Amino acid sequence: MGVFYALTVLTALEIGVIYLPIGKLAIGIMLVGLALSKAILVAMYFMHLKFEKRTIGIIALTPLVLCTLLIFALLPDLTATPHHSAAAGAGEHQAEEH
Amino acid sequence: MSQAIASQHVVDPAESPLTPESWGKLGMWIFLAADAMSFGALLAGYGALRAGATDWPNPSQVLGISLTAFMTFLLICSSVTMVKGLSAIRHGNRAGMRNYLLLTMLGGAIFLGLQAYEWTHLIHGLGIGFTSNPFGNHLFGTTFFAITGFHGAHVTGGVIYLAIVVLNGMRGKYSADNFNGVELVGLYWHFVDLIWILVFTFVYLL
Repeated sequence: MGVFYALTVLTALEIGVIYLPIGKLAIGIMLVGLALSKAILVAMYFMHLKFEKRTIGIIALTPLVLCTLLIFALLPDLTATPHHSAAAGAGEHQAEEH
Repeated sequence: MSQAIASQHVVDPAESPLTPESWGKLGMWIFLAADAMSFGALLAGYGALRAGATDWPNPSQVLGISLTAFMTFLLICSSVTMVKGLSAIRHGNRAGMRNYLLLTMLGGAIFLGLQAYEWTHLIHGLGIGFTSNPFGNHLFGTTFFAITGFHGAHVTGGVIYLAIVVLNGMRGKYSADNFNGVELVGLYWHFVDLIWILVFTFVYLL
């Protein structure tokens, strides 16, 4: 049950990492790395993915790739500040009325 | 026309191309990939909303990390009992399979109880609701309850699914030669655990 011990240790590490006195980005990268390691362990050994045909692995990996792309696709929508477009919209509306 | 059809090479319908021993396994993996997309969409939306907000509360300060860490450990343990349950039936040990699957159900049920306790504390104790939040951005509560609620619904479904498999097992359905049903519920349960590992990291810790 080495996988179980590894998962327990990785979980403990995750909790420890958030209290480290380093920058948020470094903590974030380490947390994502730890979480992915745990996810890969569960998938490979508990779900037996290591011993299945490679195409099943591709089926399993696809959501991860697509969701990562989704995050990057959504970022421009939500990190842009809205006040420019609101002012432009009001300006256009004024021009149309006259 | 029937001659043309007869001369075509027909694939033997008994074996699935990727998982020859079980059509159910291929079906379950495809379902899990689709389900992962649902969770992924919620998590990606959460990430994008949080990245674009300036007043998002710090989750590790607002949410109960120690309780949730124990819940994570609990689900990992329930995955281990699930592995042991499958291993038991593969060796023809029906009683062992039943006991380990019951332990897995217990882990899931306790997880749900703790989740309900945490929600009660957040809603009634701290006043974090689906649409309002005294700690900062209102969407913190929305995304938190949507994601953990969606996951909790999956755990509930998993516990019911496990109960059905246990009942079938007690009627003698599974054996060392026929354990596919147990393997499938195992895949679903490990998936629920895997999603929680990701939810715990992104919603509670980051």
